[in-house]
Amino acid sequence: MLNYILKRLLALIPVLIGVSILVFLILHLSPGDPAQIMLGTKATQQSLDALREQLGLDLPLHQQYFQWITNVLKGDWGRSIQLKREVLPLVLTRFKATATLAVFAGIIAITFGVLAGIVSATKQYSLWDRLLMFLALVGFCLPVFWLGLILQVIFGLKLNWLPVSGMYPPGQTGLGNMLKFLILPGFSLATASMAEIARMTRSSMLEVIRQDYIRTARAKGLPERVVIYSHALRNALIPVITVVGMQIGFLLSGAVLVEIVFGWPGIGTLMVNGILARDFPLVQGTILFVATTYVFVNLIVDIVYAFLDPRISYN
Amino acid sequence: MQTEPNVKIDQPEAAAEDFEVIQADPKQEIWRRLKKDKIAVAGGCILVVVILLSLAAPYLTSYNPNVVNMADRLLPLGSPGHILGTDHLGRDMLTRLLYGGRISVAIGFTAVAIAMFFGILIGLLAGYYKGFFDILAMRFIDILMAFPYVLLAIAIIAALGPGLLNAMIAISIVGIPYYARIVRGTVLSLREQEYIEAQKALGASDLRILFKHILPNALSPIIVAATLDVGWMIIAASGMSFLGLGAQPPMAEWGVMLSDGKDFLRVAPHISLLPGMAIFMVVLSLNLLGDGLRDALDPRLKQ
Repeated sequence: MLNYILKRLLALIPVLIGVSILVFLILHLSPGDPAQIMLGTKATQQSLDALREQLGLDLPLHQQYFQWITNVLKGDWGRSIQLKREVLPLVLTRFKATATLAVFAGIIAITFGVLAGIVSATKQYSLWDRLLMFLALVGFCLPVFWLGLILQVIFGLKLNWLPVSGMYPPGQTGLGNMLKFLILPGFSLATASMAEIARMTRSSMLEVIRQDYIRTARAKGLPERVVIYSHALRNALIPVITVVGMQIGFLLSGAVLVEIVFGWPGIGTLMVNGILARDFPLVQGTILFVATTYVFVNLIVDIVYAFLDPRISYN
Repeated sequence: MQTEPNVKIDQPEAAAEDFEVIQADPKQEIWRRLKKDKIAVAGGCILVVVILLSLAAPYLTSYNPNVVNMADRLLPLGSPGHILGTDHLGRDMLTRLLYGGRISVAIGFTAVAIAMFFGILIGLLAGYYKGFFDILAMRFIDILMAFPYVLLAIAIIAALGPGLLNAMIAISIVGIPYYARIVRGTVLSLREQEYIEAQKALGASDLRILFKHILPNALSPIIVAATLDVGWMIIAASGMSFLGLGAQPPMAEWGVMLSDGKDFLRVAPHISLLPGMAIFMVVLSLNLLGDGLRDALDPRLKQ
């Protein structure tokens, strides 16, 4: 197992290098002079030269990359042109809010998704099964930003139950208050993943409960609850974990859309504002951070998978 | 004489004839199975209706989708002359929805076509020739897949600059790895098979083998993936417009319309909710059709 983890870690290196090159190239693939794009047409020659110097734009491309990646590894992610602040601290602060939202949505998606899947599978072709799978199909097709707006209209504006948008900075309010702000964006973000997890749990569960060992468990007189929850579910969840792993990417990037809808002070808002303002250091910083996080989260999912499913050999 | 039917069954020609009857043309068989799937047919019908309505937009409404009329702004649903109301600039919602469908649906299909074209090409070449190109292509695809989909699209738009065309290019690129992988997998498993060997021995060119003998075998999963993908691309493209990174106002595009209405949720929620409903309906119809197609193409998968 240790071998497997080491191998996976080593395999990450080329991927991370590739990711960093792509992120680096964002600036250079833009048509036109990057300094001019960032500072606008009214910029003075002096400020243009200063920015070119700061970003090393007069060097050959590969030298620019090495300079950039060395700085990144040293923790110097550059300065945001628009916000006039260091990028890394900004990204880290904002990421806390995004992570809170994504983790909360993930918990909702897994809890309700798995539960719905179990109910559907154990009562296959029943009214419940049909209703839940219909809802899963609908949830799967709902654009996340539209769902956010619907929830805002219903629960924020018409019923006045929950705040329409916004959020306290992390650590500045109690859990109860934070939850109030989290529920609507959390459910908007969670719905599509929940639907996917529910579908996967159902089909995986259906496959498992037809197997011999489940028949044996039932034949020896175990209560149905024990058969389902401690015998069937354990194996049925293995493919579900793969789906959960894939959903993490969706949660991280879907958060961008949800953050814009709910005015959530996360990394997505920062990223989109950066793109619209042509603030490349900020854009590169936010994208590099989210992509790297995603790569590592995927690694963790794979390792968890390897722990849970000893049948698969990882040579 | 009476025993003749029994005797006939043992005859090989008769057996072959029976076999012929059961094994109809595979395309017709798939079509027959798809037609029997009422849900898939419903999905297909919704999609066709949406496409026809948006194509016929100029004949169905006399309003211009972009002409501002501040006297009639924020009219609710069911207003005389504006059955779906108007938006914050007094533009007729029904008109904008119909015209918006042209852009959103067209972008979905075009983006999938582009992604499919390059994905299939890369997959075919990588799987068939293996070697350096395969390693290079697959490493590149690994790197693309290291990004979450939406993030990759956003990153590409960050490089190219916001705009409808760039957003479409971005979501097309995001789709490429998916098709490349499906096709490469199929090619790898088929290239060693005897009928391909036989083709080679007969002197068939690589091009002929790839497009006539290998690609058709990879088509079923590609068709299913593409149908489901069009929906995803429509959501992604309108999502980019919603963020301000894709189509730009005043264009009548569903994502732009959703974004336009965001500030008027309290007084006129229909401005945002109607275009979202349109996106949802199209995506739902594509999913129903896609699921039906999958079952029709491979009935063993049906549960």
